[in-house]
Amino acid sequence: MRVTQGCFSFLPDLTDDQILVQVQYCLDNGWAVNLEYTDDPHPRNTYWDMWGLPMFDLRDAKGVLMELEKCRQLHGDKYIRLSAFDSTHTWESLRISFLVNRPKNEEGFRLERAEGRGRMQTYATRAYALDRPEGKRYA
Amino acid sequence: MTDAPTPQKINLAEAFERSGVGPVLKGLDDELIGLAPVKQRIREIAALLLVENVRRGFGLSAEAPTLHMSFTGNPGTGKTTVASRMSEILHKLGYVRRGHLVSVTRDDLVGQYIGHTAPKTKEILKKAMGGVLFIDEAYYLYRPENERDYGQEAIEILLQVMENNRDDLVVILAGYADKMERFFQSNPGFRSRVAHHIDFPDYGDEELLSIAEGMLGKLHYKLSPSARTALSEYIPIRRGQPHFANARSIRNALDRARLRQANRCFAAKTEIDLEALVTIEGEDIRQSRVFAKAG
Repeated sequence: MRVTQGCFSFLPDLTDDQILVQVQYCLDNGWAVNLEYTDDPHPRNTYWDMWGLPMFDLRDAKGVLMELEKCRQLHGDKYIRLSAFDSTHTWESLRISFLVNRPKNEEGFRLERAEGRGRMQTYATRAYALDRPEGKRYA
Repeated sequence: MTDAPTPQKINLAEAFERSGVGPVLKGLDDELIGLAPVKQRIREIAALLLVENVRRGFGLSAEAPTLHMSFTGNPGTGKTTVASRMSEILHKLGYVRRGHLVSVTRDDLVGQYIGHTAPKTKEILKKAMGGVLFIDEAYYLYRPENERDYGQEAIEILLQVMENNRDDLVVILAGYADKMERFFQSNPGFRSRVAHHIDFPDYGDEELLSIAEGMLGKLHYKLSPSARTALSEYIPIRRGQPHFANARSIRNALDRARLRQANRCFAAKTEIDLEALVTIEGEDIRQSRVFAKAG
């Protein structure tokens, strides 16, 4: 099952050239571009691991792509997302976030049912990949 | 070859006009005094790049030319200033995407402990992407007396990026001519990757005087006739003394002259007019230590 998250999520994955253009747009607006990766793509898991510091002072998108390339070398079997933070007063939040890398095999999520008090049915989704320990989930 | 019809003839003058390089070159001519050989070389490089652009229009040679340069010359001969112009020219001609100048020295590239250098250098390179990386006193990167010096690591990363990202960034190395020569000898990798060696000559006394007037003009000062004479005597004397740094020495001398001028105006305790505020008198310059030492 193809995980969709953030902007452009219903489009085919962006190519590197398309990512370059998006990143340049972010930089031209003065946003800090950040790379994060995870092997737990649950939609409620917002805290992904950071790949280095956010890139505050770049002028050209190529620098971000170089970092992305390095991140893919190490974490190519995980989800990588790229986000841009706008620090202007009253915004002070992410303006864009999209996936730039995904594992080859996405096994998807299973639905778990549990009975609570009074036999009330509760549901949870859980990635099949989470059955394996961290670092080996999508390898 | 693409399907688009290749143009049969191209007007070079028109292409030059369209690139917008003309005003930059003209600005270089007008604002920078002297440096005739440097300007000549820059014009040649600009012409080469323009022709290269046109050639590409005809579908000839797609290989991006090597644009890394080395600027050699004594301190204060305008290397940094020319580098920032160079980045503008390269940007106008489409050889760098952003046209900004990142100016660094050894301290910005080389780390203090093992594993510190590579991230530091890469950080700078990332910042310089799409622009020009200006490495001042580049020879300090290489310290032959200490074989465990981390400079070597920075050099290796630089060389790799200079080769692989030729269309992303242009590296300009700058420094004294003799030390640069030794640096290139011990790092043949650099020599072969630097295509343009530009030598910055020292300024003549007359040129320094007009530079001084240009600097003062920008700050809304002017030299009185006596100050002009004093300065024209000052320059050759200063040149004979140690640590002479061409235009930079002149700027420092003028800064001190402004200080003395302000002091003089203040000490006069009378009402002064605009004329007195903007004029630097001969005595402001003659009080300099340089004259005392010479006399």
